[in-house]
Amino acid sequence: MKAAKAEEPSMLLIEGGRVVDPQSGLDEPLDILIIDDKIARLGCGLRDAMGLSPEGRPVPGVRIVDAKGKIVAPGLVDIHVHLRDPGQEYKEDIESGTRAACAGGFTSVACMPNTDPPIDNGGLVRYVKERARDFGYSNVYVIGCITKGRKGEALAEIGEMVREGVAAISDDGSSVRSAEVLRCAMLYARQFGIPVICHCEDADLSGKGVMNMGKTATLLGLRGIPAESEEVVVFRDIMLSRMTGCHLHVAHVSTKGSVNIIRKAKEEGLKVTAEVTPHHLCFTEDLVKDLDYHTATKVNPPLRTAEDVEALREGLKDGTIDCIASDHAPHAREEKEVEYDYAPFGICGLETAFGLIWTNLVQRGVLSVSQAIALMSQRPAHVLGLGKGSLREGGDADIVVIDPDLEWTVKSSEFHSKGKNTFLDGYRMKGKVVLTVVEGSIRHAEPGFLPFLPW
Amino acid sequence: MAFKHKHLLGLYDLDREEIETALEVTASMKEVLGRDVKKVPTLRGKTVCTLFYEASTRTRSSFELAAKYLSADTVSIATTTSSIQKGESLKDTARTLEAMGVDIIVMRHPVSGSCHFLSQIVNAGVINAGDGMHEHPTQGLLDLYTILERKGRIEGLKVALIGDIYHSRVARSLIWGLGKLGASVYLGGPLTLLPPGIEEFVSGFSSDLKEVLEGADVIYMLRIQRERLESGFFPSLREYSRLWGLTVERAKLAAPDAVIMHPGPMNRGVEIMPDVAESPAAAIEQQVTNGVAVRMAVLYLTATRGEGV
Repeated sequence: MKAAKAEEPSMLLIEGGRVVDPQSGLDEPLDILIIDDKIARLGCGLRDAMGLSPEGRPVPGVRIVDAKGKIVAPGLVDIHVHLRDPGQEYKEDIESGTRAACAGGFTSVACMPNTDPPIDNGGLVRYVKERARDFGYSNVYVIGCITKGRKGEALAEIGEMVREGVAAISDDGSSVRSAEVLRCAMLYARQFGIPVICHCEDADLSGKGVMNMGKTATLLGLRGIPAESEEVVVFRDIMLSRMTGCHLHVAHVSTKGSVNIIRKAKEEGLKVTAEVTPHHLCFTEDLVKDLDYHTATKVNPPLRTAEDVEALREGLKDGTIDCIASDHAPHAREEKEVEYDYAPFGICGLETAFGLIWTNLVQRGVLSVSQAIALMSQRPAHVLGLGKGSLREGGDADIVVIDPDLEWTVKSSEFHSKGKNTFLDGYRMKGKVVLTVVEGSIRHAEPGFLPFLPW
Repeated sequence: MAFKHKHLLGLYDLDREEIETALEVTASMKEVLGRDVKKVPTLRGKTVCTLFYEASTRTRSSFELAAKYLSADTVSIATTTSSIQKGESLKDTARTLEAMGVDIIVMRHPVSGSCHFLSQIVNAGVINAGDGMHEHPTQGLLDLYTILERKGRIEGLKVALIGDIYHSRVARSLIWGLGKLGASVYLGGPLTLLPPGIEEFVSGFSSDLKEVLEGADVIYMLRIQRERLESGFFPSLREYSRLWGLTVERAKLAAPDAVIMHPGPMNRGVEIMPDVAESPAAAIEQQVTNGVAVRMAVLYLTATRGEGV
């Protein structure tokens, strides 16, 4: 359980780091002073200004973090995670999932409602929020169902859920099969100003598919999920967004065709946003073969081709895709240690998302430092209107310290998540979040990064 | 001798030399089968387990006979009579077998890649007796051996492979094997039954049988399963038979000395007409006979990895 808040006002000074805040365009060495849960000051030489210079007298309750050589950024925001609570706590729960989030640098997560029972009413939204308040390490935003029981038939009590504070609605895991039901849902959601997040997949075209349709699937004898299964529904849902004026957010875009369709929609000025996962940005379908049917490679949407990866990266750079989201999907070990067809879809992403992006996209010059940070903090927060993802005086003190050069190796056995399902065991990463501060309190520190500076 | 694998999971992973080795060893095993006493002590003291998650007549019995002719002890587990019925996972079943000292597990399973999975969780050797739509390597080898017996060579032959390629592990193993040995493979059948991306691995494909059959040295017909009809891959068995069934007239499009093959069991009157199946050109029973010799060769090669030959 998270540490209880101190009675005295607590002060935390993050000193000497390269402060990168995409929202304000800030990118310079600065100190950040946090008092309680807010950013009190951003500036140079705050230690002197506060009379805390080494010669000065210690002030009780002030801790100083040495961030020299590090990057200080807004806390990361992941708007697509599965916390599995209620009902599937053996896979993950709010405590373990948000602990994993903080270890990965995420100070805010939005959780999907495909739980058991599905989060489709105000009472369940309140349950998750209360659990998060009592046991959560990070901020938790709740996404409610579009339809009752996620069945794609009758609308869920969207208004009730909005009263309890849902950030968006989604039947993630599958598409709303009926265009008419989705049309109504979008029109209904528009009244409350919340986005509808769509998992775009034609259930018939996907059939019993378990990986991307094409040469590799044929080689492995696995049933394929065609790119078109996603694209036809992306197109349909964009048409419905145009028809209703509702903000559509496309979850986990995975194909070149989808990127092109979304790009056109944005050119038309439609209220459409989109996200992409780190695994779809960094890996291709070849992994299923290279890892000999390792079930951690079974994700939905499936890993696609090199051409798709290229288009997704282009889409990120030109703004077609708004943000990165992990689609953290933890499963129990025994569920994944089975034959490929029988394994559930999903990979744990919270604790590897930042590393994958930093290692593969920032270190290799695909994204700038500021772009990568924006795509993982300010931009996703903006998609859901969370008011997070920036560093400003008076704002929430959700902050991460990044060591851009720290080399590390993924070990799923050390994940804080209950889920160990990843194909990244042994993968060499460069760049890691070493300190995670959520509303002023330290929720994760890499071993060796702290203790605090003596003064 | 060139065969370095402890497991036989698929022909895709073997190189030409290894396939040729397996075919050579098959020839010596066939000689053993011709003797009065069909038994050699090669695998004495080894235990072979057949673990079948799908029904099978010929594959299972030929593996069991092959193991017995090599003096191995055999145990066979069927899904209907075991704790698999009680929901035991493959991992637990495999560990149980291994704890009992099984040296080689021959597995058939409806899910592609299951034999890879099995090979990752046990120390025993694993032989794939058909996994989902992936591979059926011993069928592929016995097909290659039969072609070799009939035609004297494989390099340069034109092989027409017709029918449900999409769902067929037999087709995949044969395509990889024939490709490695230098034959040209042409696929025929409805486009709905051609797997996406297969074009890259074959010399050609057409839904017009005339193009595929013309001048073929080998005609290989695949079994059509009724459940494919229900899934809407083609409208009726009648239409399938009319468009893609092998009739005497169609068979005449092939080379005069063409050999006709089928992995069995046949749907007579659907993918192959009875008079074709029983013509002298047909090698269908020969395929079955060779199945035992091929499986002896594979058991021997994987157990010894070619040592001591």
